[in-house]
Amino acid sequence: MSSLFDRMFGGRKPTSSQVAKERLQLVLVHDRSNLTPAQVAAMKDEILEIIARYVDFDREEVEIALTSSDRENTLRAEIPIRPTSGRRRRPVTPAPLSDA
Amino acid sequence: MSARVITITSGKGGVGKTTATANLAVAFALLGKKVACIDADIGLRNLDVVLGLENRIVYDIVDIVEGRAKLRQAMIRDKRLKEDLYLIPAAQTRDKTAVSPSDMVRVCDELKPLVDYILIDSPAGIERGFRNALAPADEVVIITNPEVSSVRDADRIIGLIEAEQKGPGKLVINRVKPDMVKRGDMLSPEDVIDILAIKLVGLVPEDELILVSANQGSPAALTPDKSKAGKAFQNIARRLLGQDVPFMALDEDLTFVQRFLRALGFSSENVDSGNNTARNKKNNDKAGSTSKSEKEKIEESAGAES
Repeated sequence: MSSLFDRMFGGRKPTSSQVAKERLQLVLVHDRSNLTPAQVAAMKDEILEIIARYVDFDREEVEIALTSSDRENTLRAEIPIRPTSGRRRRPVTPAPLSDA
Repeated sequence: MSARVITITSGKGGVGKTTATANLAVAFALLGKKVACIDADIGLRNLDVVLGLENRIVYDIVDIVEGRAKLRQAMIRDKRLKEDLYLIPAAQTRDKTAVSPSDMVRVCDELKPLVDYILIDSPAGIERGFRNALAPADEVVIITNPEVSSVRDADRIIGLIEAEQKGPGKLVINRVKPDMVKRGDMLSPEDVIDILAIKLVGLVPEDELILVSANQGSPAALTPDKSKAGKAFQNIARRLLGQDVPFMALDEDLTFVQRFLRALGFSSENVDSGNNTARNKKNNDKAGSTSKSEKEKIEESAGAES
């Protein structure tokens, strides 16, 4: 985490051991799941295809990632759904304030 | 008496499995335990030369498995030690298929009443030889170096060990160079533990004396006061016996080690410098007086420690 922080805010070049750690963590996610990066991409596409049949979402906003911690793999997906017509929406005109 | 079987493995070759096996065997013997080590690297045997027993081989493990020799005939006793340390060598002219996992279980079962610990030196790789070494294991020690390929292979091996219900295993990080860690050019022990997420049982510093001792066929653990790595292996043996041994400082400048130990819940005062025996003794006494069970454990092996 600190390495990411350094890079974003400190602008310092990461040390080679930080690079090693990040590369290892990435490669091990795939090793542990027995999936190639291409297979993970294909899985993402299929998941989104199914979800798209039911709800409307912006592909740009979607985050799907395999993560690994304590030797457990997790597939995390965050898919913000667009509000659809026919559902309850925020009122167009705000309620009048009593004491303005 | 029924021995505990500890398999030493790594996935990648050249990270120090054979060195670790030889040194742990010597360390166990010096702690008063009867030990047998089995070289499971059939076709590429090396534990014999590292232990300095290469000239005494008559029979090997394939001879036992195929009935040409009795177990006792193939057990080579290390005469330098007054304690019992035996080697069962690998065959050099055969390959890994000469022995099956069930053969290994059978040999270990026959060996168990004779010793306290059986150490199995696994070959590199994840095929038959590794399966042979894993089959009889009660416990697995995984050796890795702080370097990307061996950490990756260690992760794979840990997965396989877990799949065989032998896991998760305990980790030894071998050949650590504290100055490289300090300047950020080597994965720190914390990094490696973060990635592999298994229990650490030892940190071994890079030590030229390991090569010298292999040259001479006389493991560094025979002289733990002269070699930091030898001392580290002795500490690993004690941890495997269940003793609570603080992790050794790898360098005079303790900053990263202190941070690391603090992360593991040890206080920095307990760090043993590896070359200050008086302080080590004091630490042991302190440990003995604080916890009853710990005291018993220490007393149990006290005779052999001096």
